[in-house]
Amino acid sequence: MKLTKLLASTAVGVAIAFGSVAAQAAGDLTVVSWGGAYTKSQVEAYHKPYIAKTGVNIKSEDYNGGIAEIKAQVEAGNVTWDIVDVELSDAIRACDEGLLETIDHSTLPAGADGTPATEDFIQGTLYDCAVANIVWTTIYAYDKEKITGDAPKTMADFFDLAKFPGKRGLRKGAKVNLEFALIADGVPAQEVYGVLATPEGVDRAFAKLDTIKSEVVWWEAGAQPPQMLADGEVAMTTAYNGRIFNAVAGEDKPFEIVWDGHVWDLDLWVIPKGAKNKEAALDFLKFSTETEQLAKQASYISYGPARKSSAPLVGKYHNKDIDMGPQMPTDPANLTNAVQNNFEFWADNADQLNERFNAWLAK
Amino acid sequence: MTDATLSAPPQVTSTTPLIAADGVPLKQKLARTTRRMKMRALFLTLPLVLFLIVSFVLPIGQMLYRSVHNPTGSNVMPNFAVQIENWDGQGLPSDDIIETFVKDMAAARKNREVGKTIGNLATRVNYEIPGSRSLFTKTARRADKITEGPYMAALIEIDKKWDNPNLWLTLQRVTKDFTISFYLAATDRKFDEAGSIVRADELYRIYLPILWKTIWLSALITALCFIIAYPVSYLLSTLPLRTSNLLMILVLLPFWTSLLVRTSAWIAMLQTEGIINNVFVYLGFIDDNQRIQMIYNMTGTVIAMVHILLPFMILPLFSVMKTIPPSYMRAARSMGASGTYSFRKVYFPQTVPGIAAGTLLVFILAIGYYITPALVGGNDGLLISNLIADHIKKTLNWSLGAALGTILLVVVLIFYWLYNKLVGVDNLKFG
Repeated sequence: MKLTKLLASTAVGVAIAFGSVAAQAAGDLTVVSWGGAYTKSQVEAYHKPYIAKTGVNIKSEDYNGGIAEIKAQVEAGNVTWDIVDVELSDAIRACDEGLLETIDHSTLPAGADGTPATEDFIQGTLYDCAVANIVWTTIYAYDKEKITGDAPKTMADFFDLAKFPGKRGLRKGAKVNLEFALIADGVPAQEVYGVLATPEGVDRAFAKLDTIKSEVVWWEAGAQPPQMLADGEVAMTTAYNGRIFNAVAGEDKPFEIVWDGHVWDLDLWVIPKGAKNKEAALDFLKFSTETEQLAKQASYISYGPARKSSAPLVGKYHNKDIDMGPQMPTDPANLTNAVQNNFEFWADNADQLNERFNAWLAK
Repeated sequence: MTDATLSAPPQVTSTTPLIAADGVPLKQKLARTTRRMKMRALFLTLPLVLFLIVSFVLPIGQMLYRSVHNPTGSNVMPNFAVQIENWDGQGLPSDDIIETFVKDMAAARKNREVGKTIGNLATRVNYEIPGSRSLFTKTARRADKITEGPYMAALIEIDKKWDNPNLWLTLQRVTKDFTISFYLAATDRKFDEAGSIVRADELYRIYLPILWKTIWLSALITALCFIIAYPVSYLLSTLPLRTSNLLMILVLLPFWTSLLVRTSAWIAMLQTEGIINNVFVYLGFIDDNQRIQMIYNMTGTVIAMVHILLPFMILPLFSVMKTIPPSYMRAARSMGASGTYSFRKVYFPQTVPGIAAGTLLVFILAIGYYITPALVGGNDGLLISNLIADHIKKTLNWSLGAALGTILLVVVLIFYWLYNKLVGVDNLKFG
């Protein structure tokens, strides 16, 4: 009896001695996202109000997407990330492979107007292990001061080197580029995945990419394309719409977005299985995807909120007189020729198409 | 008789051993002492041995193992794996086997344990049959609703792709724990529909071409390093000490500088808006809109890697050249040999151990290089290690990454063996 007491008190003593470090590690909520202007919008809209409300300290980390780190952490049994912002196809795959905690949708808070969460979230934004926060898209943009005469208006213009000479920036990888190539080749955006599912469609897409290959500068991180445009390294580049918008709104760059043929996608919160602060992470997830927080984020970056009830609350850019509505990928005017990234197609074909893409690139 | 009496005393000593002061036979005591010393010596090397095992033997062993061992299939569908193993491969499997398949599917659908989910199996099969991933996730979602036979008909109702004997042949292959399919993929080969090995479609061949490119780029880099380093080392070894020390610092300073800093410095120098292009434009060599692309391609990789690996060639060459007395060359010249002849016959042969060490070092470092090509390689300057990193970090196909890594290791060992035959490893001199 005495011995156990002694042991217990020793343990408590040791715990107190080393505890300050451990407690901090367990107390800090580690939120992982994509960095740059995007993380900044989340810090303003989610982190700051959450810290003010709960007193929980948030540690913000950046990463470049993919599920490799989550997989490594879960398999090693040492999960240091509590909640991660991922793309849809990654969320689905990680969930399928048992790397994520499942999330009960009925526990999500109702919309500000009282609509239950399952109806308030836009269709196709709630998944077993993931809850969407924003809709983002890949568009292409150009510098208005460099291209002065006829302005590019369609995806075909992006691939037209005769009409608009100059280098092009594209994301390194098969995803989205193949869709763009087909749209430029005359396939309506809505039919792109049907065509891409056939071997002839894939050949057609690569043939179209071949026509601009010699002029392409490839980018990998979201922060690169606005930089490449600003440096004059490329005449036009594909980019995440929010990054271009922030260069325009925040840094007064003369960039113009072309909305034709854009391929939109979701970003979702996921909680890695065995996260050290699972409860807090879930609490943060619920808080950050409430109507108000999602609407607030839209005043810092031009990504559309995943809740219907947030849309009417979206106003102007936080420190400028710019209406955010028309900047959103989900604005009806921007959706005339657009398609949602087909996660199932990419889950099925990403390995093979990336292999072909890499072989094509190295030739 | 006299011989016997003379040889008697030594016989006596061998049967009655020498005794040490404490009464223990000397031989035994000696053996004990040697053993203790050996143990102590071993004990001293123990940290190193352990370190080598933990940091070298185990990871490489694991890599070799992982490249042929992938138990995903039998982990996800344990019962089906046992049953399909004995299937004769004719037509479609019997409905008993299919029943097990459906039940395993339904069970796996509920399993959330990492490595044992339907998603894991779907990913594994997708490596073999691209585009089949959703067939498995979709079927698994409905598997628990199939409660009675005929099970095959129920599967075909979900998706008619199940009515394909080749799919089941693939499943039979995938549920075996040991496989060569990752080595096939790593050499641009695959199993075709009927299960025989064929080359991959030309548009999808990537690993062998990149492997060849890695080998010849490494050879090119080694040759360039040698051409630059030989005269530099000669200069360093013959100049007066004060000058050569100063020059040596110029070699060592970059050597001590971080790899990333040196690589980024080359980006600043070589990019289209960079220093060299600016100078060319300023001097009127090229037009402002015809700037030369010197980085983010193979040229950039070669330039940056030659610079980074140069000290590994200079240092062994220098240390060998330093030991060659100048009097040898003078003697050759005084006996009438021409400059070239005496260099060829007297000086050069003595530097061979340094050349051997330098080229081996540079070649082996170059063939596994990763960071520099990743930063400046662009599209056509990528090496095989970049593809390995891609599979470990991005596509998460660790088995394929391991197979590629093993192939790279074997290639290096082959070159080492060739080298040993040609130059002799005993001939190496690192300094």
